[in-house]
Amino acid sequence: MSVLSKSPWVIHYDGSSCNGCDIEVLAALMPRFDVERFGIINTGNPKHADIFLITGSINEQNIGIVKNIYEQMPNPKVVLALGICATSGGIFKDCYNVYGGVDKVIPVDVYVPGCAVRPEAIIDGVVKALGILEKKREQDCGGNCSCSGEGAC
Amino acid sequence: MAERTIIPFGPQHPVLPEPIHLDLVVEDEKVIEVIPSIGFIHRGLEKLVENRDYNDFTYVAERICGICSFIHGLTYCQAVEKVLNVTVPPRAEYLRLVWSELSRIHSHLLWLGLIADSFGFESLFMYSWKMREEVLDIIEETTGGRVIFGSAKVGGVRRNIEKDKLAEIQKRLDKLEHDLKSITNVFIEDASVKHRLCGVGVLSKEDAYHLGAVGPMLRASGVNQDVRVATYAKYKELDFVPMIESSGDSYARTIVRIREVYQSFELIRRTIKHMPDSEIDVKVTGMPTGEFCARNEQPRGEVVYYIKGNGTKFLDRLRVRTPTFANIPALLKVLPGSDLADVPVLVLTIDPCISCTER
Repeated sequence: MSVLSKSPWVIHYDGSSCNGCDIEVLAALMPRFDVERFGIINTGNPKHADIFLITGSINEQNIGIVKNIYEQMPNPKVVLALGICATSGGIFKDCYNVYGGVDKVIPVDVYVPGCAVRPEAIIDGVVKALGILEKKREQDCGGNCSCSGEGAC
Repeated sequence: MAERTIIPFGPQHPVLPEPIHLDLVVEDEKVIEVIPSIGFIHRGLEKLVENRDYNDFTYVAERICGICSFIHGLTYCQAVEKVLNVTVPPRAEYLRLVWSELSRIHSHLLWLGLIADSFGFESLFMYSWKMREEVLDIIEETTGGRVIFGSAKVGGVRRNIEKDKLAEIQKRLDKLEHDLKSITNVFIEDASVKHRLCGVGVLSKEDAYHLGAVGPMLRASGVNQDVRVATYAKYKELDFVPMIESSGDSYARTIVRIREVYQSFELIRRTIKHMPDSEIDVKVTGMPTGEFCARNEQPRGEVVYYIKGNGTKFLDRLRVRTPTFANIPALLKVLPGSDLADVPVLVLTIDPCISCTER
């Protein structure tokens, strides 16, 4: 748990999922799994978020919204594609309004498969994302500030 | 006259797990008009029926919505079975009923949590979802999935629940029913909850009927209508009576859902008691020819499946009318005149399931 030196905040957006993954994201925040004890908070504001949880695939109508949320998030940021729809389109891949996975629009760092994705898998994915977030922050900082590369900034 | 402003609500909004967009025209704090726009989750899966085997499509139908997934798959199967003239064995009918009612309990508990969240009662939100996990455990042990069951199939069900397991489930449900009183009493009696729900968003009996509202939204306004009475499987044998309230406000909708949760416990109890011994599926042969309209009662209201077969393994047409879609006109009726702060509560009282609506 060395990666948990900070409290990452997540933002969740439902692309075009069936809702199964969305309620599992919420279930991960509930007393049974309770990620809030690690300081992981679900925020509604993209400008407060470090981790972008996206469920469901990309379609004509939500393409702009997904880009918009991603661009509003401050750097460094990590994107998690939750569920098989967000990964590749899944069972809806052949539908006329489904363009495919989230990586068609924004860069994805962690893919979490499953239909619907289980809360344990979501937590696992978020922990992976934390490591990536830390690396990105070190790259961004580059040791040019008062933390001298120790990551305290 | 106060100045009019348009406030966009959604598609990405803290209170909404799913995207819907409403343009709220407000004058000071009062909502004057509401203009909805939908289509953020449209996938176009009705068209998919043209190149998926009618048996395989059950799994796509289940994924129309992740909350009422089992009843979606079930209604699709019922429509296909009717076209193929297949009679489902009695035990399969009863097992379907158990899973339907379990999914109603988990859906209503989910909703109770979300409505508590919408008026800022976070601990009640947490408690509701904690109780819901108990139901999900039973669902997972009997079907293998937490939210997507995959246990309905054309001609029956895919898994049996053994007698011992049924007895164990009954014991756990009895305990849950007892524990649940601690949170439902808060919804029914707590002054701060009542303050946010009583008299908010009143929908008259006439409006509810004429706008075509369905489910708890309709029954909370005093209209006695539940498809389970008319068409559905074995409910007649279980002395099912719909839950009705008359005041038509958000509080009445909450009460209807709470009473339905307890009724579902009772229905499962009677189902387990009367569970017959038989096969759980029959072999399905032939290709669907002809058309049928199947109806079913989901947690959110009545769902209608229309299918048309052409004698091949691919269907010609599938049309799904989902409950949330039918409830949107009623929502647009109750929003004007309400306070801006009550909008999240009112949007949630219809129990919006946007992925159903847009398919």
